[in-house]
Amino acid sequence: MLLPGALRARLAGTPGATEPLPVERDPAAGAPPFRFVARPVRLPREHELFEDGDVQRHLYLQDVLTQVAEEPERSRVPEFTCQVAGCCQVFAALEDYQHHYNMLHGNACSLCSRAFPSGHLLDAHILEWHDSLFQILAERQDMYQCLVEGCPERFKTSRDRKDHMVRFHLYPADFRFDKPKTNKGPALRGSDADPSAAALVDEGDMMEVCSDPAATPPAPTGERRTYSHRVPSTICFGQGAPRGFKSTQKKNKHH
Amino acid sequence: MWSRYPRRSGLVACGVEELRRRRREREAALRKARREQQLVSKRLLREEAPEEARGECVAAVLGEAEVQQFLRLAQRGTEEKEREKALVSLRQGLQHPETQQIFIRLEGSMRTLVGLLTSNRALLQLEAARCLHELSHSEQSAVAEACLPATSYLLTYLSGHSSDFIELCLYTLGNLIVESEVVRRQLLPQGIVPALAACIQSPHVAVLEALGYALSQLLQAKEAPEKIIPSILDSLLPQHMLRLMQPGPKLNPGVAVEFAWCLHYIICSQVNNTLLITHGALSTLGMLLLDLAGAVQRTEEAGLELLACPVLRCLSNLLTEVAVEAMGGQMQLKDERIVAALFILFQFFLQKQPSLLPEGLWLLNNLTANSPTLCTSLLSLDLIEPLLQLLPLSNVVSVLVLTVLCNVAEKGPAYCRQLWPGPLLSCLLKTLALSDTEVVGQSLELLQLLFLYQPEAVQAFLQQSGLQALERHQEEAQLQDRVHALQQIALHG
Repeated sequence: MLLPGALRARLAGTPGATEPLPVERDPAAGAPPFRFVARPVRLPREHELFEDGDVQRHLYLQDVLTQVAEEPERSRVPEFTCQVAGCCQVFAALEDYQHHYNMLHGNACSLCSRAFPSGHLLDAHILEWHDSLFQILAERQDMYQCLVEGCPERFKTSRDRKDHMVRFHLYPADFRFDKPKTNKGPALRGSDADPSAAALVDEGDMMEVCSDPAATPPAPTGERRTYSHRVPSTICFGQGAPRGFKSTQKKNKHH
Repeated sequence: MWSRYPRRSGLVACGVEELRRRRREREAALRKARREQQLVSKRLLREEAPEEARGECVAAVLGEAEVQQFLRLAQRGTEEKEREKALVSLRQGLQHPETQQIFIRLEGSMRTLVGLLTSNRALLQLEAARCLHELSHSEQSAVAEACLPATSYLLTYLSGHSSDFIELCLYTLGNLIVESEVVRRQLLPQGIVPALAACIQSPHVAVLEALGYALSQLLQAKEAPEKIIPSILDSLLPQHMLRLMQPGPKLNPGVAVEFAWCLHYIICSQVNNTLLITHGALSTLGMLLLDLAGAVQRTEEAGLELLACPVLRCLSNLLTEVAVEAMGGQMQLKDERIVAALFILFQFFLQKQPSLLPEGLWLLNNLTANSPTLCTSLLSLDLIEPLLQLLPLSNVVSVLVLTVLCNVAEKGPAYCRQLWPGPLLSCLLKTLALSDTEVVGQSLELLQLLFLYQPEAVQAFLQQSGLQALERHQEEAQLQDRVHALQQIALHG
């Protein structure tokens, strides 16, 4: 297909167009038996004109999905330990460590060491578990916010909230990030009163940072390992420090 | 530019011919699936034997005892490495549909897997997520539905910070979504739309691509126009999608492709296209088209046609909205660069993917139908001849080319004057020699307009044996009235 030489230059040029030629229609145009009418045409999704484009799209997706399913390459490094106080997990690949850090230390409560998968859930936890003002306010108004992002509902008790999440949002009744508050301190392994946690024998309260070194399975006898204590400098995280209270206006009301 | 391709290795240990053959087979299968309204991109994924697709050895099918053992080891093993290995073995086994069936029928298996998914051992968590991902590839809705207990966690993890993990969760969700309406019915109240709306603000390209994929699967659901698209239009997702399609240095084609397809499904549903226009969709799409036309000239980048296709579909369908004339759509319709861009893309399609030519011509029709400005542009930019060069390609293309020419001709004598003299008449005589009724019918329409507004054309038509060309069709039911009318005009003026 031969295109006029000036076309590419026109594309790169300024927006706009030449003044349109005058339109002057004769009523005989398109009159029966003729029927032409100039009109934009809408095509539905299933139109056969779209067949080839759709097929190419799906071929592409199949390739992408095949690649996604493959095991990713990981960058191997000499083994090192997580530097967060009390955490003793060991890693030999940067991606693994980044994942570990993001999941366990990225949104961790500095008061009880529980870790959460998102800032949103951490904030809810801090409010509900560690904020005495919250408890006071909760006696008078609905303070327990629905944990599903985007849902504005609030409830009088955590029980009511859980009911809402189960019935309205179809969440599981034993949703791990909505444990009723216990009176225990940092969770002890395997000793929870919460019966649903018993199904998982060794995890105890969910997302616990390993706070008790003695509780970790000991290295098999006969093996001695020396771990580097430096986190490779290539690791860099956006968020990270465990948080306690965010500074909020409420602080001023603390007396 | 596609972040995907350099990152993962393509592990195929067979020759180019074999690849081509497989691709043709897959293409044929997809075509058939589409005609049966069964086109689901996740299906047919593992038609190729996994061993050949991977290039590494793949585990055999696992029996029930083995699945149980791996699960037990993963959950209760004492050695961290041992637990991980068990899960890896399970994951590899889960590539097989038989193992998947065994897994879902085993009591407590999903519960254990979910427990591992939410555990405090990051590597176990990752492997558990990969197991879920394998399950999500199943073509059986029963397997997808067995994954229901995990969905609230997959959604929760979307607001985390581990981008690789989020990407995996998104692809898993996308696969599950496409497989089962039951899954979709659970995901909506679980808040998938707000979760995606929050996640789309991620700066990670891989996450955005995965999100686009998951969203495109959600939008293709048959119940999408009533149950899904309204809440998507209510959220901030459309604005973000358009933002991610803005041309410029930050544009990532892999990401833009996904959202262009999402937009296509939304626009076809016609739930609220006016809203999209208010958000600047026409402007974004138009600018993107210009950008694409520039890109195809500059680089040897693979896959630009994958982006061009949904973009021109979106633009074309949006142009049919009445709202266009009321709003800033006018701007787009008065910039002749868009016509220039389209022709540059036609040339590109001819080399890369000729099947996209009809779609491009359809857009050209929608651009020119009600636009004296752009019809004039076609003339002033000398694009009539290139247009005529496309006529012989196929009947579908011929009809579309002739329709566009009719769009120009029907605007009156000032336009027809520019179509005359020139190659137009001889091209029309050639199309009249064809037997396809639609092509001939459109040729007759164009002739009528030409004769009406440019009477000199009649003489030339007669001199070039036009009457004989017409005679061929005077018995054809669809054509005879128009043929006779033209014969009358030609003979008597």
